[in-house]
Amino acid sequence: MNATISRLALQSLFGQKRWWVLIALPLLQIGLAVLVRVLSGGETGGAFEPVLVVFGLGLVLPLVALLVTTGVLGPEIDDGSIVYLLSKPISRYVVALSKLLVAVVVTVVLGAGSLVVAGLILEPSEPGQALAVGIGAAVAGTAYCAAFVMLSAISRHGMVVGLIYVLVFEGLLASWLAGLRYLSVSAFGRRIAGSLDSALEPIAGNLPLGYAWIASLVVLAAGCYVAGRRLSRFQLRGDE
Amino acid sequence: MSVLELANTSRWYGNVVAVNDVSMRIGPGVTGLLGPNGAGKTTLIAMMSGFLAPSAGTVTLDGDPVWANVSIYRSIGLVPEREASFGYLSGRQFVRANAELHKLSAPGAATDRALDIVEMAEPADRLISTYSKGMRQRIKLAAALVHDPSVLLLDEPFNGVDPRQRMHLMELLTRMGGEGRTVLFSSHILEEVEQIARHIEVVVSGRHAASGDFGAIRRLMTDRPNVYLVRSSDDRRLATVLMGADSVSGVQLEPRGGVQVQVTDFGAFALAIPRLAQEHRISLREVTPTDESLESVFAYLVSA
Repeated sequence: MNATISRLALQSLFGQKRWWVLIALPLLQIGLAVLVRVLSGGETGGAFEPVLVVFGLGLVLPLVALLVTTGVLGPEIDDGSIVYLLSKPISRYVVALSKLLVAVVVTVVLGAGSLVVAGLILEPSEPGQALAVGIGAAVAGTAYCAAFVMLSAISRHGMVVGLIYVLVFEGLLASWLAGLRYLSVSAFGRRIAGSLDSALEPIAGNLPLGYAWIASLVVLAAGCYVAGRRLSRFQLRGDE
Repeated sequence: MSVLELANTSRWYGNVVAVNDVSMRIGPGVTGLLGPNGAGKTTLIAMMSGFLAPSAGTVTLDGDPVWANVSIYRSIGLVPEREASFGYLSGRQFVRANAELHKLSAPGAATDRALDIVEMAEPADRLISTYSKGMRQRIKLAAALVHDPSVLLLDEPFNGVDPRQRMHLMELLTRMGGEGRTVLFSSHILEEVEQIARHIEVVVSGRHAASGDFGAIRRLMTDRPNVYLVRSSDDRRLATVLMGADSVSGVQLEPRGGVQVQVTDFGAFALAIPRLAQEHRISLREVTPTDESLESVFAYLVSA
């Protein structure tokens, strides 16, 4: 890991005007929880799953991961200014991992963090439940970052492919075709969260728990490898 | 003292050949890489700086291959043409980050030294996004110099820089070359190269067209045969008369009027044509060089 690379990645995320886009989604998540609590007058029993699991784990978390991951690695590669980081006697894998680490930390803090806060607002008496969702979201958020790194290495339009994965593959197809849950990061997160608190069992699905953990780790390892490889093969192209 | 060497280096993208069998040796001092736009200069610099794998041949720095070898960056400073998209950093932060990435023992001192060299110490605490083109160019140079490299590669460093800053940059490069560094910069403007580079490599359409001392290349360029279009009161008679001059190698009557004259010695022709016209009572209406563009100069060098 290289602290300077990570610091620059963090500065590039929050040093530019688009930082508010990153915090808009988590704020929306928390705002929704507050709204539900106020409108239901404290009777939030049935709202936990739609607000936290469907909206939070299913939408806010992957979108935050997508924005952060493409923001950390995408623009510098696209406009070629990553040569300033790569023209240094530092392994390209270290550069990639340092950037991916920032993406993961920011995703966990903003994405999983906002889910914990929203969970505590909805069910203040059940902090264990909010924490369980938070841990599931942290694992899923990490795997999302790695998955999006791979998608943007495969396609020039990583952002679009990532959106299609979240909205079409996970949002639509995986809910109809049960077998696809084995390829759905969101399903890994739900399974892990479900295993940590008995009240969350209904959301867990029937994925084997060991599979959810191992698949998340495999995605993470593959993402690290792909990102490092992409940077070590990075070519500066001329105008011709 | 470092030597960059390209041996039979080619680079192609699919069916398009960007660099075609180039061999050159770039040693200490300032070398100009001259060529028209799209000639392959950026591709060459990308290969020299380890950011592009040669499709064939080798690129080595003091014998070590530069592709996929991050240790070369200890001795290479690269100033890409591309803008640094680090507008949210101050100049000082940007240069210091470069110093830290080189793992220098005293990054702060190295930053101050580099900022002083490019005379950017005073505006260094402003954001890069507020800099002019020339200041950005200088801050990029400071970042490339921060680890005191023995090789400095610059891609079109004078593009879009105002004349005063250009002078300053030129002085800097001359000084770097004088200190024994291997400095290579690319340009498509002959006059820029002429002012600071003693050694010149010319590339045209991906091929290595000429190499050597500036004087020799300048002579090649000015002594090349020129083509002029001359309009006069009597084109046919003028053509007959001009064919008798030593400096002329051919004439051709143009269908739409005028004479196309191929000239071997530009200086002698310039003296001869008014004299001959006067002697034979022909009035000259127009004398225009038809191929003064840089591209035609380069094209001539390729065929030479």
